[in-house]
Amino acid sequence: MNFELTEDQKMVQEAAREFAQKRVAPIAKEMDEKEEVPREILKEMAELGYFGIRIPERYGGLDLDMLSYVLMLEELAKVSAGLMIVISVHNTLFCEGLVQFGSEELKQKYLPRMAKGELIGAYCLTEPGSGTDAGGMSSTAILKGGQYILNGTKSFVTNGGIADIFLVFALTKPDLKSKGISGFVVEAKSPGISLGAPEKKLGIKCSDTREISLSDTPTPKENLIGEENHGFKIALTILNHGRIGIGAQALGIAEAALEESIRYSLQRKQFGQPIANFQGIQFKLSDMAMKIEAARWLVYQAAYLQTTGEPFTKEASMAKLFASEMSNYVVNEAVQIHGGYGYMKEYAVERFFRDARITEIYEGTSEAQRIVISRELLKD
Amino acid sequence: MILSDELQEFRAEVRDFAQKEIAPGAEEIDQTKEFPAEKVKKLAQRGFLGIMIPREYGGLGLSSMHYLIVMEELSAVCGSTALTYAAHNSLCLNPIFNFGNKAQIEKYVPTLASGEILGAFGLTEPEAGSDAGGTKTNFSENGSNFVLNGSKCFITNGSVGGVLIVTARRTDATQPKDISSFIVESKWPGFSVGKREDKMGLRASDTALLHFEDMKIPKDNLLGQEGEGFKQFLKILDAGRIGIGAMSVGMAQAAFDLALKFAKERKQFNHPIADFQAIQWKLADMATKIEASRNLVYQAAYLKDGGRPYTKEAAMAKLFSSETGREAIYQAMQILGGYGYMSSRPLERMFRDQKLCEIGEGTSEIQRIVIARHLLGKLKT
Repeated sequence: MNFELTEDQKMVQEAAREFAQKRVAPIAKEMDEKEEVPREILKEMAELGYFGIRIPERYGGLDLDMLSYVLMLEELAKVSAGLMIVISVHNTLFCEGLVQFGSEELKQKYLPRMAKGELIGAYCLTEPGSGTDAGGMSSTAILKGGQYILNGTKSFVTNGGIADIFLVFALTKPDLKSKGISGFVVEAKSPGISLGAPEKKLGIKCSDTREISLSDTPTPKENLIGEENHGFKIALTILNHGRIGIGAQALGIAEAALEESIRYSLQRKQFGQPIANFQGIQFKLSDMAMKIEAARWLVYQAAYLQTTGEPFTKEASMAKLFASEMSNYVVNEAVQIHGGYGYMKEYAVERFFRDARITEIYEGTSEAQRIVISRELLKD
Repeated sequence: MILSDELQEFRAEVRDFAQKEIAPGAEEIDQTKEFPAEKVKKLAQRGFLGIMIPREYGGLGLSSMHYLIVMEELSAVCGSTALTYAAHNSLCLNPIFNFGNKAQIEKYVPTLASGEILGAFGLTEPEAGSDAGGTKTNFSENGSNFVLNGSKCFITNGSVGGVLIVTARRTDATQPKDISSFIVESKWPGFSVGKREDKMGLRASDTALLHFEDMKIPKDNLLGQEGEGFKQFLKILDAGRIGIGAMSVGMAQAAFDLALKFAKERKQFNHPIADFQAIQWKLADMATKIEASRNLVYQAAYLKDGGRPYTKEAAMAKLFSSETGREAIYQAMQILGGYGYMSSRPLERMFRDQKLCEIGEGTSEIQRIVIARHLLGKLKT
């Protein structure tokens, strides 16, 4: 890996930055307050190809490499971590899964419309009783008369209320527990599906998060992803990819927080001079920037490994763990530098502080990342 | 970090060399403080004492990445030897090659690159540490010579080096940055070694207090132009900092490897302690931070080799690697428990050796100032 982006990657980054800064930044605060993303923003992102950024060209996608995608996510996260997760869940947790594990038939059926943003995807793994212990789920998918009948409740589903299509994991062989899990593509309009109320969250508020219930929801046999009973591995593989994105999200939030902090510390005067003149503030800025840089290369490295086809499970977990802890450290320092102003909604760091917190929790908590990393280290 | 096949092979060779030729006796010289002359000779035989110098001047003509890989692997087995290698190459030989004129290069570079003579760099003074602009060592002119007076302290390779770069200011200079540097030879009259320091770690590496008393320096031995010394030593330290980062990475990796092996073998409560999450998470955190450190070090090297600015990145690499290296070794010792605390294991030595990384070639506090200046300068303009 070179510590350098290709010209193509730089172009993706610049285009994403321009969109993010011009179109999203001015309304980011409002999106947070209203707890929604305007449809026209999603439409513009669809026009830019962001809904099919990793989908192969033959299905109408841009077919970009993982690092280009990550750069786009990072730029979005700098202005709105909530918007970023909407597109990240659609692309990684749904489309990436379908591209890698779905049958040709399923891909042809859904990917072209997903790439255009006509269909938005969501991922349903977590349940009220199974979080980090995802293998302990209780949703079932029982084969009856040529189709699967799905029952169960999925919680904290990102895009739950705006998605047209779900990737649902359920037990096809309940007695086998995690070895009896399978993955299914389930349309939101299927019978028996009901949505809970939107969850109220600390941060990433413009993204929609809900509980999804499935009650005797019929699903065609062909909608099975990969082999029956191999779903747990599929779910984890998809999350490995997702973690790189969360790393990029954490990175983007932190970069934005640093930028605000530099700007503020040069303007804010105390004791007759800009607070940036004080070493107490300078050292905070140095540590923030240093940790951001360290996180950046862990995130890019994981994306690079994914692209070259090398194993990247450990590196993705390291990227996510380090970047998310870093991000929380950085946003805390950013609020500290802003003092009372940082506590006020008027300043963006207030939102960054709330948004960063989720990165240590979803797509595997920091604790789960440490389990993944140590397992990889200890395996022979 | 994925290295090219060529660099991976190079690392494997260097590791083999370090394990076989440098590791034996590292523990003993830590106790006796004996300068590792034999090990240094072996470095010279491999060409490592001129690793980045072009072949036409007797070097190996390799990149910063090669230099750092050697640094990591030497640091993993013997910090004292690693520091000797670093000071020679990055603080003396490379600067003479980079800032020297043709005559100086021809006179000094081949003998240094072959390892026949060791190099050193005299910058720090008793009253000029982080504030290197406070240099008091001075020079005046006397016919065809400069005359040098003053003292330099904490000089690595100070009493074993034959060639030194020394910074000084004119007796009548008033500006803090008005500093010049000279190539001096320790055999010249007026040079004396005050004392060899007794240190917490890196004990076999040579650290000396040096005195210069009316030392006559031929005018030809001014390095670069007069008054360029300040700019030069900032550049020298930029490169040096990447090396100290690599040193810390090498030590942290060695500590991690030890801890990993120990955790798998050591049984408590009827389980290898690696079965316990408390231990697993320490390992996970150590590995994550070492990986991040190595990336920062290599990034800085990549920028340097590409001829691009890397001051901020070098400071970040050094600061992050040295702080996380300390943490990794601390945690490795925690995993080994009482065994880690005993001098019979290399961890106890690494714990002492690594601390230098947070101090030498700019303290962590100085790195933060360097980084902050870059951050704030950027928006001010």
